[in-house]
Parts: sequence; C-alpha cells; structure tokens
Amino acid sequence: MSKSKTQSVPAKKSNQISVYENLVERVTTGDTGEFFMEVAQLSKFTINFFKNLFRPSFEFRELMRQCYVAGYKSLSLVAITGFIMGVVLTIQTRPTLARFGAESLIPGMIAVSIVREIGPVITALICAGKIGSGIGAELASMKVTEQIDAMEVSGINPFKYLVVTRILSTTLMIPVLVIFADFIAFMGGFLGINILGDVGIRFYFTQIFNSLDYNDLMPAVIKTFFFGYFVGLVACYKGYTSNKGTEGVGQAANSAVVIGSLCIFVIDAIAVQLTSLLGK
Amino acid sequence: MEKVKEKKETDEEKDVKDTDKGPVMEITHLSKGFDAKQILKDINLTLNKGENLVVLGKSGTGKSVLIKCIVRLLEPDKGKIKVFGKDMSALKDTELNDMRKKIGFLFQHAALYDSMSVRDNLKFPLRVSDKTDKEKEDLVVEMLESVGLADAIDKMPSELSGGMQKRIGLARTMILKPEIILYDEPTTGLDPVTCKEISNLILEVQKKYKTSSIIITHDMECARTTSNRMVVMKEGVVVAEGTYKELQKSEDEWVRSFFE
Ligand SMILES: Nc1ncnc2c1ncn2[C@@H]1O[C@H](COP(=O)(O)OP(=O)(O)OP(=O)(O)O)[C@@H](O)[C@H]1O
Ligand SMILES: [Mg+2]
Repeated sequence: MSKSKTQSVPAKKSNQISVYENLVERVTTGDTGEFFMEVAQLSKFTINFFKNLFRPSFEFRELMRQCYVAGYKSLSLVAITGFIMGVVLTIQTRPTLARFGAESLIPGMIAVSIVREIGPVITALICAGKIGSGIGAELASMKVTEQIDAMEVSGINPFKYLVVTRILSTTLMIPVLVIFADFIAFMGGFLGINILGDVGIRFYFTQIFNSLDYNDLMPAVIKTFFFGYFVGLVACYKGYTSNKGTEGVGQAANSAVVIGSLCIFVIDAIAVQLTSLLGK
Repeated sequence: MEKVKEKKETDEEKDVKDTDKGPVMEITHLSKGFDAKQILKDINLTLNKGENLVVLGKSGTGKSVLIKCIVRLLEPDKGKIKVFGKDMSALKDTELNDMRKKIGFLFQHAALYDSMSVRDNLKFPLRVSDKTDKEKEDLVVEMLESVGLADAIDKMPSELSGGMQKRIGLARTMILKPEIILYDEPTTGLDPVTCKEISNLILEVQKKYKTSSIIITHDMECARTTSNRMVVMKEGVVVAEGTYKELQKSEDEWVRSFFE
C-alpha cells in the first residue's frame, strides 16, 4: 500500500515547500485554483463536523480521553510559559512606568495585557504547536497505515470518532488552558514585582481584579473558544485528508502548526476589531 | 493437506444441499481509474456462497483497488457491485454501515489501531453492538484463541511481530462474524511456517463460520491450500478463471508462469 501511495506523489512536490511559500507561489503564479479547492474542501469538512456533532451516539469516552491528552498533558508546558510571561512582562515594563512614578499601576497593566492579549495568543500558539502537530501527525499516520479505512469498513464512523472528538477537545480545553496560563502569569508577575519592590500578595491580587472588568474578560474568553476550534479543525483537516504516504505525516503536522498559528492571528485581528466596534 | 481439502469438499457439498448455492456477490463491468490512469477496466466476477475465491495478479494490477471498491472505500467509476442482491452504490449511510458489518476486510498491513491494546482493537468493531461487556470480553477471548494468540490480549500492536499482527487483524475482522471476508495478501512477508498457519486458519474460518471469501495473494502455496476457484487479473481485466489444477495447466503461458 505504502508503495503504491509513494508512487502516486508527483516528483515536483516532494521537496518540502513551506505553506507560506506555497501560498505566495500560488498567488504569484496565478495558480489559485488549488488554493480555492482547499478552501472548498475545508468548508465541506466543517459542514461535516457540524453534521456529525449533532448525530446521536455520542463518543463521550473518547472525548474525555482527548480532553485529557489535549488539556492535562499540556498543563506543565502552559504553566512554564505563563509564568515566564508574567515575570518578563513585569520586569520589562517596570522602568518605563517607574519613570513616570507610576509603579503602582504595574499590577493593573499586567492584568489587562495578559488577560486581553498575551495570555490567549501565546497559549493558543503553544497549543497549536503541541496539540495541533500531535493531532495532525496522528491522524495522518492513521490514514497512511489504513487504520481510518479499517474503522470505516467495520461500520464505525471514523469522522465522528476521531475528528469530532478532537475538535471538541481543543475547543473546550484551550480556553481552560488560557485561564490557567493567565493565573500562572499573574503569579509570575507577582514574583517579578517583588524582585525589586515589596508588594503584598493580597494587595497585588486586589489591584489585578480591580483593574479587570467585563469588557476585558468576555471578549478574551470568547476568542479562545475560536482559537481552540480552529487549532483542532485545521489539525484534523490536515491529518484526516493527508494522502501522501509517510511524507504526508510530516506535512500534515507541519501545516497543522503553520496554518493553525496563522488562524490564531487572523481571529485575533478580527476579534480586536469587533470588540472595539461593539465597545463604542 | 489433501485430507483437509477432501473434507472441505464434502462439507461444501452438504452446504449445497442446505442452501441454494447462489452468488453472494456479483461484480459487473467494474472500472476504476485514478486521474488519467485506468486501473480496473472491465471486471466481471461472482463470488458463490461458501467458496474461497483466490485472485491472482501481478503487483500493481489493482487487486487492492478492486476489494476497496467492493466495500466502497473507493468509489467505482462505472459498473455495478451487488452484495446479497443489493446494489452497494445505492446504499445509504446506515445501510452501508450495516452491510459493511457483514463484510470482513483484512488489510494488507493488518491496520491495527496502534493507540489501543489488542483487547481494545478487537472490541472496537463491537462498540455499536448491544452486547454486554461480559459478552464482548468472552468474544474477544474466543477470537484470540481461534488465532492462537490468547496471551497477547494486553499487548500493544507495536509489541507484536508482523505475523502476529496479521493474525490479530484476522481476529478483529472475524469478531463481527462476517458472512463475506476479503483478504488482502494474508500471507505476504511471512515465513513459510506462519504462511501455512494462516492458510489453515483461513480454511478453518471458512468451515466454522461458513464464510465466502475473496483472497488476494501472490503466495501459490496459500492459493493451493485455500482456493476453491481462482481468477487471474491482468491489466485491469480478468484473463483466466478455474480451479488451481486447471489454471496450472492453462494454455496461456503468462498464467502458467504464476505456478512455476
Ligand atoms: N489512492 C490512490 N490514488 C492513486 N493511485 C492509486 C491509489 N491507490 C492505488 N493506486 C494505483 O493503482 C494501482 C494498483 O494498486 P493496488 O494497490 O490495487 O495494486 P495491487 O494489485 O494490490 O498490488 P500489490 O500486489 O503490490 O498489493 C497502482 O498502480 C497504484 O499506483
Ligand atoms: Mg495490494
């Protein structure tokens, strides 16, 4: 099987072109047909997802397992980056604020920047790297080794079992991870402040929660669900539709991360526009 | 070996009396291509009840494509596939799934789910059945015993040898008690002793569960032991048909060359 599949790979595509270059190349050479094909296929994939989502016989156990893999197994990574984020942000902004004698604003500044922007985006990017690549590679290798076909012929719907559960797990877990990372980042910020100053923990957290309001929290939380959804969707799409043998496994993992990260920035840009429009 | 064959034949004769021995699968004018390349051109094939049909053909002639078309892993371009009198391409999703449960498929490379233990691999096809956990467990043990690997139940696929994986794959295929089994090169890449074991297993399955099977193989020893009838494929069409003995004495030199 693998033999026949590797044979079917056109030679010119075998060198790994990164997705960005590929996009640029397609647009510049006018070969946009393939790009739109891909968009059409992704839309079909999305429709399939929602169709299967509401079909009965819910794969609850597999969903729990995927949540465990996506959520619990990323905790330590997210915690470390969150903590460093907090420390670094505090230390970096301190001199500027000190110049204006506004050191007491540091907790508020940390709170707003972490909750609104840095927490969600950095955490989602890390998840795109860790969870997205994992899903992409796993599904692609299941495809190569005919495991997905095997599910299909035994009368089980592989889309429901593999794809729906994975997309749901990232949609649900990335927001949780973001909140967790935000909290750890606050702890990091507390440490950062206390390297040079002396601020009590109660005062610090009172400051933080006082400076956050509904308008900071809600949009941030809502956009993390979209981050999660798109990280899962892109990774599953790339993995599930991969068909280039072993080479496809690497490509699927690669594009899951690259396109997933790109999606995060695009959603972030849209979200910021929407919130500033609605906030008026 | 001869004894086994004789016994099987008498068994089959009994079958003939029990049930009318009509075809369980009919393939007519099947064609399938990829891009510009035509792989299957005009395949006509019938599989009768209770028989083992061996499909011979050079590597890359589209034997795997043929059986993938049967279970609709690939959509045929033209032609009709009727299984138990029903047109496969007309089936709706749920009907197709029910039909697929009656057709076992043994993949060329076993295709075990490598994130699951052997037990969970075998239980997987049963997840939508209404059996209790106890019944499922018993069935798993029964199937593993029938392929002689009862002690591998808690192993992961990566801990198994190629031959063991094939046998576990067969057990997983068998667990839904399919009426038709499609074997894709069940013995390729295995040592002669294991090949013989698998061939015997195929015969046993045929006898015990009264299955009808299509067996794709390059292994002439396997073909000789398991086949009731054989067909030879060349360049997308069926070029010869007959029993092992008949084809061995075929006038076509190309067909004969398989047997040398
Ligand atoms: N998904 C696919 N896309 C494009 N071409 C394919 C695909 N699957 C199979 N082919 C082509 O179809 C031809 C037949 O493949 P197939 O796997 O059926 O051969 P086979 O007869 O089973 O060979 P082998 O004995 O080596 O397994 C090959 O030339 C292969 O390149
Ligand atoms: Mg093959």
